[in-house]
Amino acid sequence: MSIFDSLGKLVQESGFAMMLQGDGWKNLIMIVIACVLLYLGIKKQYEPLLMVGIATGCLLANVSALGGFANALYHQELWDAFLMEGGPHAHDYGYIMANGGLIDILYMGVKAGIYPCLIFIGIGAMTDFGPLISNPKSLLLGAAAQFGVFFAFFGATLLGFNGNEAASIGIIGGADGPTAILTTTKLAPHLLGPIAVAAYSYMALIPMIQPPLMKALTTEKERKVKMEQLRVVGKTEKILFPIIVTIFVVLLLPSTAPLIGCLMFGNLLKETGVTDRLSDVAQNALMNIVTLFLGISVGATMVGSNFLNVQTIYIVVLGLIAFSFSTIGGLLVGKLMYRLSGGKINPLIGSAGVSAVPMAARVSQKVGQAENPSNFLLMHAMGPNVAGVIGSAIAAGFLMSVFG
Amino acid sequence: MENIKGEMLPVGTAALDSVLGYAVVFIGLALLMLVIMLMGKIMVGNRKKSAEKTAASLADLAASTPAPTEPAIPAAERKLAPGSAGEIKLYDTDPRDAAMIMAIVADKMKKPLNELRFISIKEVK
Repeated sequence: MSIFDSLGKLVQESGFAMMLQGDGWKNLIMIVIACVLLYLGIKKQYEPLLMVGIATGCLLANVSALGGFANALYHQELWDAFLMEGGPHAHDYGYIMANGGLIDILYMGVKAGIYPCLIFIGIGAMTDFGPLISNPKSLLLGAAAQFGVFFAFFGATLLGFNGNEAASIGIIGGADGPTAILTTTKLAPHLLGPIAVAAYSYMALIPMIQPPLMKALTTEKERKVKMEQLRVVGKTEKILFPIIVTIFVVLLLPSTAPLIGCLMFGNLLKETGVTDRLSDVAQNALMNIVTLFLGISVGATMVGSNFLNVQTIYIVVLGLIAFSFSTIGGLLVGKLMYRLSGGKINPLIGSAGVSAVPMAARVSQKVGQAENPSNFLLMHAMGPNVAGVIGSAIAAGFLMSVFG
Repeated sequence: MENIKGEMLPVGTAALDSVLGYAVVFIGLALLMLVIMLMGKIMVGNRKKSAEKTAASLADLAASTPAPTEPAIPAAERKLAPGSAGEIKLYDTDPRDAAMIMAIVADKMKKPLNELRFISIKEVK
């Protein structure tokens, strides 16, 4: 082979040449989208810990896909074969291991539902359920703020999505990334990319999405309400809480076991006082490693051929609707509680019932303080906020048991 | 696509599923609320009982201890330490932590500590 033949072969096999062939333009668009996401994550700091990973996964998958099957880090074809019911490679992890690239291997943790559960252990270890235990009525706000989940689910069926897809889209309204990922992996894995991106993007945009709704749905008098100080929660209560919640919720809805079980396990590690080393690992090392793997592998599902379609636009729009209606649901029940309590509950804490912890609680604090600088709603809003985590896990459990 | 699970839902079924799902979340969390309230009541009750027991045993101890031989100095006549500006009330705060907090506040305000007056320090839980 002459030097010119070698050069010609190199040029023909390069990603730049592939860009102009077949669906190569789709990968090119996805590379641009990945760069935009990187900009949002790095410059605007929109959920950077996940956004940077997702954007990099998207970039790597699309760049390497242009290099041909052998060089790709993620192979959509393998996962299509994996999901093909009755096909020769249906649910065959060995086939993926033998033929997959680096990200295919990492993605198996998503597919098997391992990463979201491990992240829930970390979240549990980082969460203080004290405000919820001292004010259990917060749980009603956490429930109310799941309104968007079911509203978007209904909207998605009207737009022609099947039951499994609609359920996965609806759960974006739970404002809980791992829950959305686990539900989608179980019910509609082909939609994982757009749903994960929509969920995390809207979570990052909560400070922009929620305040206008909060101001529109509450009066100045309501926003100025100062709430009474919460009672002190003892250590025994904090230890009993995760045990009671696990038993009660998992018995009620067994499909919530992976999420609630892991969340409460993490919290138990934190509260026992005898497993500090494990709690530390769950909060830091484990959480960071899993976040890294989850971000990259979820981002890799955003390959051009799979992502660039009308469905993605519908999902993005429905995700926004889900988030907004969850906020509205929380606020309306917050207003009801304001009335029933004789003006003792500030309805702004209702919007924190969407589970994005602690962002949504911070927004309640900020909007409340803008009306009354001496008002501190943060701890009061943390109650509905952590209740929202349990609420979205129950909503996901319901959808998985109905459609799974 | 062949590999996609799930069936199209009639609008009526989807609406019913939505209402049922929301109701399940609400009822589940309402029941959990009742369980946690019950747990709280029991715990607060237990804490009160043990506080009463402690108070009673302290009272017994005080009754059995002989009165101090030196007369107590009335509060009004007590002298403050040089540079101090009165007493501070600490709620759920360790004196060591309180000292650190006061030093940090003085440092941030760029004022000598003996020119500041701290009324109370309370741990927000």
